[in-house]
Amino acid sequence: MVLIKTYDTPPFDEREVFRYAGGRGDDSVRELFESCKAEIAQSLSYKVCYLPLSVRTEGDFCDFGAFGVRSANLAHNLEGCAQAVVFAATVGVGMDRLIAKYSVLSPAKALLLDAIGTERIETLCDLFCDDIAREYRRSAKPRFSPGYGDLDLSFQKELFSVLNCRKHIGLSISDSLMMSPSKSVTAIMGLSESECLKPSRKCEACGNTECAFRSAV
Amino acid sequence: MNFNAYLKENIVYLDGGTGTLLQERGLRPGEHPERWNLTHPDTIAEIHRAYFDAGSNVVCTNTFGANSLKFPPDELEEIIRAALSNAKAAREQSAAPQEKFIALDIGPSGKLLKPLGDLDFEAAVEVFKATVSLGVKYGADLIYIETMSDSYETKAALLAAKECSDLPVIVSCAYGEDGKLMTGASPAAMVALLEGMGVAALGVNCSLGPQQLRPIVRELLRYASVPVIFKPNAGLPESVNGKTVFDVTPEEYSDIAAKLIVEGVRLVGGCCGTTPEYIRAVCEKAKQIAPSAVAQKDFTMVSSYTHAVVFGEQPVLIGERINPTGKKRFKQALIENDTDYILSEGVAQQEKGVDILDVNVGLPEIDETSVLQNAVQSLQAVVDLPLQIDTSDIAAMEAALRIYNGKAMINSVNGKQESMRAVFPLMKKYGGVAVALTLDENGIPETAQGRVEIAKRILTAAAQYGIDKKDIVFDPLALTVSADAAAAKVTLEAVRRIRGELGAHTSLGISNVSFGLPARSPVNSTFFALALENGLSAAIMNPYAGDMMKTYYAYKVLKGLDKNCEAYIAAARSFTEAVSAPQQSRDDNATQDGSALQRAIVKGRKEKAAALTKERLTASDPLRIVNSEIIPALNTVGVGFENKTVFLPQLLISAEAAKSAFEVIKTALASSGTRADKGVFVIATVQGDIHDIGKNIVKLLLQNYGFHVVDLGKDVPPETIVETVKELHAPLAGLSALMTTTVPAMEETIRQLRRGAPWCKIVVGGAVLTQEYADAIGADKYAKDAMETVRYAEQIMGK
Repeated sequence: MVLIKTYDTPPFDEREVFRYAGGRGDDSVRELFESCKAEIAQSLSYKVCYLPLSVRTEGDFCDFGAFGVRSANLAHNLEGCAQAVVFAATVGVGMDRLIAKYSVLSPAKALLLDAIGTERIETLCDLFCDDIAREYRRSAKPRFSPGYGDLDLSFQKELFSVLNCRKHIGLSISDSLMMSPSKSVTAIMGLSESECLKPSRKCEACGNTECAFRSAV
Repeated sequence: MNFNAYLKENIVYLDGGTGTLLQERGLRPGEHPERWNLTHPDTIAEIHRAYFDAGSNVVCTNTFGANSLKFPPDELEEIIRAALSNAKAAREQSAAPQEKFIALDIGPSGKLLKPLGDLDFEAAVEVFKATVSLGVKYGADLIYIETMSDSYETKAALLAAKECSDLPVIVSCAYGEDGKLMTGASPAAMVALLEGMGVAALGVNCSLGPQQLRPIVRELLRYASVPVIFKPNAGLPESVNGKTVFDVTPEEYSDIAAKLIVEGVRLVGGCCGTTPEYIRAVCEKAKQIAPSAVAQKDFTMVSSYTHAVVFGEQPVLIGERINPTGKKRFKQALIENDTDYILSEGVAQQEKGVDILDVNVGLPEIDETSVLQNAVQSLQAVVDLPLQIDTSDIAAMEAALRIYNGKAMINSVNGKQESMRAVFPLMKKYGGVAVALTLDENGIPETAQGRVEIAKRILTAAAQYGIDKKDIVFDPLALTVSADAAAAKVTLEAVRRIRGELGAHTSLGISNVSFGLPARSPVNSTFFALALENGLSAAIMNPYAGDMMKTYYAYKVLKGLDKNCEAYIAAARSFTEAVSAPQQSRDDNATQDGSALQRAIVKGRKEKAAALTKERLTASDPLRIVNSEIIPALNTVGVGFENKTVFLPQLLISAEAAKSAFEVIKTALASSGTRADKGVFVIATVQGDIHDIGKNIVKLLLQNYGFHVVDLGKDVPPETIVETVKELHAPLAGLSALMTTTVPAMEETIRQLRRGAPWCKIVVGGAVLTQEYADAIGADKYAKDAMETVRYAEQIMGK
């Protein structure tokens, strides 16, 4: 059975926002950031739907019981885990509406809102993953999303049908596998009995070393 | 007995959850429950029967996700046939004595509609039509559209149900903890939309428990004139020792349900987590309660995709600026398909405080139907105000009403038979509140009595179409006092009598009254005040007219409609700012010599850049300002960006300031009939890709550098791009793609462009693209950012 968590507005990580926006927070940008923050206050909702599953890996096959997938990178990520949580998180359509509005009126603001949206959804995922690790008294592996490494993006479809995202958190997927609302994440998080090493959990699990947003750590 | 007749006299018990029961019987995560109609018919019939036995009047078929997006046509038909046959078998098997109906159950399509998602509105209507037609074919008694979390998709499903069947349609939506649908609609907005389109009942289901849904149901009961549905979850699911449990017991559940029946709810059931036990408990408690009559509410309401505007509570302001009459710059924008211009007019009026936007795009040179439809759709992507569809072209009116997300205002109908025959059927089908002009075949009566008579005749005619008085707002026509000294008095009397004697709301186009006079503003604002005092509910007006706005805020203060004078105090700030701003900019200009404009652009000061440009225009040629001031300023920032001393957000802030300067130049050029473009650049985000922030950045900078950018938007089919490039003989096209999944669409677009427009150079960009990718798909140029695109365009089209 799919479960749902909702969150109040998590604290902002300004540095991340400016990193995603491709710049530094000088005065004019900071001013814009403050006005964006005021504007999104009423427009975002922080929701996650998730399903705890048992997991077994055999070579590059990851078996979640109800479904399975072949991915050597995911299998490696899930090493030592008997349990995993598949989840989908979103900050809602309000963000997309604001971005669409300011794409017309002020592309600078749209850019910043887009960066804030990315920071919001990442922060929400961090919060959720910490919560789950605590609840299950396990150590959380870095979350792993379709499109990471050799895990095909089309695996999104499977996750969407397992989680029934549209019904639970209003998240849907297009024919070209884009999520709406766009500021959303689907992922699998392994839960390990032993302590996991996580020096830089943000980007460590991803093999795309060319990514413009790869964190420096 | 048919369902509508039964509903009229009785409390209707719906069924409870199905999904939870199927999971207990072995349905796996991700498995389609609809297939169980075919693979486990006995299990499905047994669940239905248990609900009939528990007392349900209505059982919903197991067809929540049975639609053509999820199943091929043959399987879809088999599923729906089997689903109805299973429900009918249960009805035959159950010995329970109550009336029993079978509802064709329709849930969301699973996709999000444009502009938020990728499903086209008409495509969604077709998806639902396929399901409805099969439900009708296999004998459903009614249609139940449920768990809808998007007003637009709800409208698509309802439209499909109306166009493919005569069955009663009931609709319930899934509201979140914030009391709104996922895409933002309030309960009042949903009442306006659904009642306008003629549902038999409306309400809530799923998403939350009975306690949390209570305030939403109360809100629905307050506005709805049709029966209200209550079908919540058994609370919220929790994981206890690895098992999922819902936290509300049948006892608690039925307590709340019974209380809400007393308050007026007429259809009760359950959603996720509820079982026949819950329904039995509800039936048991409710059997002592007499069904309350459904009161007819008298709210004149229009709605957007987020909220309803209710007439009569506060004066309603209808912004009139989206209208090409007498505006050269606006006409140019319409002819050039410059949607952004219309959108900024919309947003600016919203910021001025209007409640509704009038949308008029009538020009002889354009295809009004498609332009109006496009304007409505584009406005609804960025402005959450209800719209007033303003056109005399009935085909355009229907096209706009059809795709409108909410209950629109319609401008206008009048007392002529021909007008009423054309407009009223559209209102009946799509919903809407019409502005009715008190004129007929004999023209505008000179007396108030004559206008009231026409109003009465309009109401009688509307009633014959089943349209209620609350959906007509009369415009008794403000005529010019300079031509007839009694004109204003007659109009004011008509306003007073229509409100007082007929109980209908009124609206006026205020500024007509002063036509032909010098210094019109005091006449307009005084007339506005007088009309409000005579009972006027709404005004079509120019929100930039300071005196009108001052009158509006002052009136609200004086009539006790502005708590603590808050709105007045907030608005008063702008009254004074407007006077002092130009003064300040003149001072800056005087002290900083010729470079003030450049500095304003570099610093990203939008208002200042526009004000300084306006001043420069008094002494200088527009093109000289562009070449000697705006472009050099942009270059300073652009070069900084290329050298990595200026970052993207700063670049854009400057670019916006430059754009506001350009807008001033464009307006000047439009009125002199000239234009200054370096050349046409067609830009689009390719098919399947619904993100366009990068493309918009490129567009802004290209515009800044004087290119005529034709923006085709996002998710654009290759054919459209080729057609546009051919039509404009554009030398350059820019394509954007964000994801690897849409790069093939980019490749296909390039292939078609090469065939159809071999002269056109193609530049590509986007998050996933690289030089190698660009080479592989045959682009002429890969641009890593917006500045590189500008440099390439300059190279191709010559500086």
